[in-house]
Amino acid sequence: MTATSAGLLGIEELSRPEIQAILSRASEFRNPQEAERLRGILRGKMIVNLFFEASTRTRTSFEIAAKRLGADAVSITASGSSVTKGESLVDTLNTLAAMRPNAIVMRHAASGAPHFLARYLPIPIINAGDGTHEHPTQALLDALTILDHRSSLEGLRVAIIGDIAHSRVARSNIYLLSKFGAEVVLCGPATLVPADLARLARGVSISYDIKDAISGADVIMMLRVQLERFLETPFHPGEYFQFYGLRLEHISLAKPDVIVMHPGPINRGRELSSEIADSQRSVILNQVENGVAVRMAVLEKVLNGT
Amino acid sequence: MKRLLIKHGRVVDPASGHDAIADVLVEEGAIAAVGPNLSAAGAERFDASGMVVAPGFIDMHVHLREPGFEHAETIESGARAAAAGGFTTICCMPNTSPVNDNATVTSYIVERARSVADVHVLPIGAITKNSSGEELAALATMQQAGIIAISDDGRPVMNSRVMRRAMELACAYKLPVIDHCEDLNLSAGGDMHEGYTSVRRGLRGIPSASEDVMVARDIILAEMTGARLHIAHISTANSVAMVGFARSRGLLVSCEATPHHFALADEHSQPYDSNYKMRPPLRGAQDVEAVAAGISSGVVEVIATDHAPHAGSEKMQEFEKCPFGITGLETAIAVTLDRLVHTGRISLMRMIELYTTGPARVLNLNKGRLAPGMPADITVFSTTHEWTYDVNKTCSKSKNSPFHGVSFRGGPAATFVNGRLVWAR
Repeated sequence: MTATSAGLLGIEELSRPEIQAILSRASEFRNPQEAERLRGILRGKMIVNLFFEASTRTRTSFEIAAKRLGADAVSITASGSSVTKGESLVDTLNTLAAMRPNAIVMRHAASGAPHFLARYLPIPIINAGDGTHEHPTQALLDALTILDHRSSLEGLRVAIIGDIAHSRVARSNIYLLSKFGAEVVLCGPATLVPADLARLARGVSISYDIKDAISGADVIMMLRVQLERFLETPFHPGEYFQFYGLRLEHISLAKPDVIVMHPGPINRGRELSSEIADSQRSVILNQVENGVAVRMAVLEKVLNGT
Repeated sequence: MKRLLIKHGRVVDPASGHDAIADVLVEEGAIAAVGPNLSAAGAERFDASGMVVAPGFIDMHVHLREPGFEHAETIESGARAAAAGGFTTICCMPNTSPVNDNATVTSYIVERARSVADVHVLPIGAITKNSSGEELAALATMQQAGIIAISDDGRPVMNSRVMRRAMELACAYKLPVIDHCEDLNLSAGGDMHEGYTSVRRGLRGIPSASEDVMVARDIILAEMTGARLHIAHISTANSVAMVGFARSRGLLVSCEATPHHFALADEHSQPYDSNYKMRPPLRGAQDVEAVAAGISSGVVEVIATDHAPHAGSEKMQEFEKCPFGITGLETAIAVTLDRLVHTGRISLMRMIELYTTGPARVLNLNKGRLAPGMPADITVFSTTHEWTYDVNKTCSKSKNSPFHGVSFRGGPAATFVNGRLVWAR
């Protein structure tokens, strides 16, 4: 039982050059000629997408990324697997590992589930989101999206608004943005933004006022409120949109060329207004597009060790 | 007459204040004499040169899992792990299946221990029926059957009115009330100490306040009812301060600390490794320091392990699914030496108090002394022997220890129960 996995578990443990390399490679994959040239580089490799939690865009995005590089991808979701028959996580993974895939892409509702398995499985694991901990490929595609609109992450002011406590997207973005010298302001109701979040990385601060948080922002990242993760409602539901929902009138407080991001799925009228979602400032669909390129780069790095 | 002479050990007996090289003579399972150069013709000899000879250690907080969870531990295997850890008496918590909430279960444990256990096993009865916190258990008949204290460990009584009634009865029966202090509403869903590390790992927190509010409530109820209150596995700085305050008011309030709560902090736990998952959780570094300081100041009177075995399959899961608890019997002496004695925080005499006269006083047991006439329960341990704990060689049926692979200086050497050698290194 040795841990030889060299997958991708989180952004926290990646260095700035490693992140830089993935982003540069992802940029190359977006170039159609380059993509055509690299079409078969993962031919003969097999990845298993194991999704213990519902996901549309991340799973599809990994599948497309694998196929574009010539790898075989098998997707398994919890509802269609032996997990629902009471098999333990370790046994499920051991069974799949015995089929000798080259990597396992895994999403799980429990924080640390891929880290736990990585200690026992010799196969690289790519974390596609673990509980309320990390979602590394989301932060990478978010960075790529920001870099489509800014020359560098250094010195940018990024406001992340919503349910930070339960957001793996927020944690991965905090680590990544901080490593590149961006300033991160976290904003939401106090019950969703524990004070210890400010200690996660350098340059992170907290505000409970959306107008403060957005002032002078280069980037606004909106997060979904994950009601399913709560034991009780942490705020009056009728108040949320009024105090923490992003509306058109807020945009003038930010930089004139501010971009609005959201990892999806979006809830119009709950965390952001329809006008914002469909506005010129929104880069939400751009994020989805970049997801494939980033995941191609990650798969290549993990499977070919580049 | 069967005689045993334990030769040339450093005999440390807190009750008498004895701390010198001496021999201990045992006759017919009882202590006959303690003194230098005793001679006893025909006696069996045990050479304790270079080792400490102490009254038998008492662990007043263990889980033996029998009846009901014999795949994780049995009275026999737990008692063997106790002997291997230098303990001659262990007190088992009632959260078995069925719960020890009536005299039938109590008698089963007492009888079973008498036939299979290497060490003395003293059961603790439940406070409420099925430990569900509503209806009082059969306290008086359980006491007749052999319980030495009551506790709803792990499923603490949330209803203050029920706790008050339990304390009133316990006070009249002279039964100590041991409470696992945790406000289950504040801690609900939590998997580790709430703080920077839980936020970083994306795990739900168990705030220190969940312990503190219940310690405060219990102290207030103890003052109201006059009951003897013992706080199990104290883990926070505020709780230590409150127990100190209660003591300064002359209340019959005491507390115990576990080795892991004075040795390990949350930030040093292996991420998502369930061998670091227990309740109360490993707290922040300041709490760890406060617990250690409470031990040296005297606020903490007892070290107990909260030995909580769980089968490997139960602990090999997603962190949030894993049950709470770690084993501790075999590593307690070594961890205590390592963190408290070798560091100069407490003396060897004080350490032995915490494992002998301390728990004996809390539980009102006639144990923990090396006086002539007392049953010859004797713990022999080394303060110098270098060794590494290998959980694969444990006597327990479970292997959930965070101390696997840790190297120690000093540890158990030999354990005598009623004058019989039940374990030797």
